[in-house]
Amino acid sequence: MKTEKKGWKEIPIAGVCWKPSTEYLTGDWKTYKPVRDPEKCKLCLLCVIFCPDGAIHWKPEENDLEFDYNFCKGCGICANECPFKAIEMKL
Amino acid sequence: MESVKQKVLALNGDEAVAYAVKQSDVDVVAAYPITPQTIIVERFSEYVANGEVDTEFICVESEHSALSACLTASAVGARAFTATASAGLALMHEILYVTSGCRAPVVMAVVNRALSAPINIHCDHSDSMVERDCGWIQIYAENSQEAYDSIIQAFRIAENPKIMLPVMVGLDGFTLSHTLENVHVLPDETVRKFVGTRQFPLVTTHTGKEAPLRLDVENPMTIGPLDLPDYYFEHKRQQEEAMRNAPEIIKKIHDEYGEISGRRYGNGLLDPYKLEDAEIAVICVGSTSGTVKTVVDNLRNQGVKAGLLRIRTFRPLPVDGIRKALEKVKAVAVMDRSMSFGGHGGAIFHEIRHVLYDASNHPYIVNYIYGLGGRDTSPNQIRKIYNDLQKIVETGRVETPVQFVGLRE
Repeated sequence: MKTEKKGWKEIPIAGVCWKPSTEYLTGDWKTYKPVRDPEKCKLCLLCVIFCPDGAIHWKPEENDLEFDYNFCKGCGICANECPFKAIEMKL
Repeated sequence: MESVKQKVLALNGDEAVAYAVKQSDVDVVAAYPITPQTIIVERFSEYVANGEVDTEFICVESEHSALSACLTASAVGARAFTATASAGLALMHEILYVTSGCRAPVVMAVVNRALSAPINIHCDHSDSMVERDCGWIQIYAENSQEAYDSIIQAFRIAENPKIMLPVMVGLDGFTLSHTLENVHVLPDETVRKFVGTRQFPLVTTHTGKEAPLRLDVENPMTIGPLDLPDYYFEHKRQQEEAMRNAPEIIKKIHDEYGEISGRRYGNGLLDPYKLEDAEIAVICVGSTSGTVKTVVDNLRNQGVKAGLLRIRTFRPLPVDGIRKALEKVKAVAVMDRSMSFGGHGGAIFHEIRHVLYDASNHPYIVNYIYGLGGRDTSPNQIRKIYNDLQKIVETGRVETPVQFVGLRE
């Protein structure tokens, strides 16, 4: 996830964002990552709602879930909120 | 020689500031009254009530909010002004850094007043000296005329695309703010033409396209939201670059204003008085310079080669100019109207000594803390400072590097 960093002469002044925040990958902040057990998961989508980073996507055409590890910071809220204990935080 | 016909009005320092703001086509004023700045806001709210200006006047509940309102107005492209003093400036402390970090060219009058406790409404420079590192340009006026002139110049300085930094103009509480003076004022049209309309440097936004630096729904952008350790340092370096660009531009704007008004304050950065062949010199900022000039005149009549270096622009500090101005001086006394507790002298003393470390000439340099909490400083006390300097030159010895003027034991 290493990106080339710009010098002070290259970036816009006033802290103006010169690229969308979606290009700033924060996934490498995490220590534990959420792993879902599809057997236990009932697709209630509570984890999608609770995720503070919008890093869990529901794919309607497949009626399935996907974790976006580029943005998941490993906070564990999804695992904590899951009523079926279907998400485990793993090193 | 005056190039433009000017009216002479009887104004105190605060009224002179309000009058300058009235003429400078300001879009937003957000301010909270605090002695001795209150007259600025009062007069300006009268201009608004009378329909003399089309400025949006925002009444806020604190100075923290006043500067926040000015910063955000400035971010959408408005020309914004506020004024404060003492505890008000201290309450703005957080937003001072946000304003300079967002490169918002807000102009603020600081009517210099002591900080509590004990509470004291009178003049010293503790309030703005403590803010010298906050990324604002600092100009200190000697009299109400200069306060008027400096406010008008401040808008041009702040909004210059190579600077884009907020500017504070300091004027001494009561000594200037509440004292009636003959102030020459330019015609409205002349000032409006001089300040012009705001300029916007181009920045690359998140869309990858360039746009003028302001919040605009047609060209959306985000200003100053967050920096992690990977970019914060680079943005601070940019602010330092703007400070380095500032001296030449301040001089140019001061010169252009001088052509129109016939008034100049040295080169806009430093205002020396009879310093060219001086052997002993005093350095100070603000209204005390006027008293020092009277003493210099008296000493000159007695054949003493005395001079004064008034620092008009304290941030950015005119480093080369200070070295050059003190090239031939044998002994210097720096007058500080604020205390740096436990710091071996006051703020200006620290900086002048620091600047002279790399100079070819190393004059004796001593510090006098004076006038705290509005304590009057008489010509006799200043004469005593020059006498001390004479003695230092004669004996080649400094007995006490840091002293207090007008303090009872």
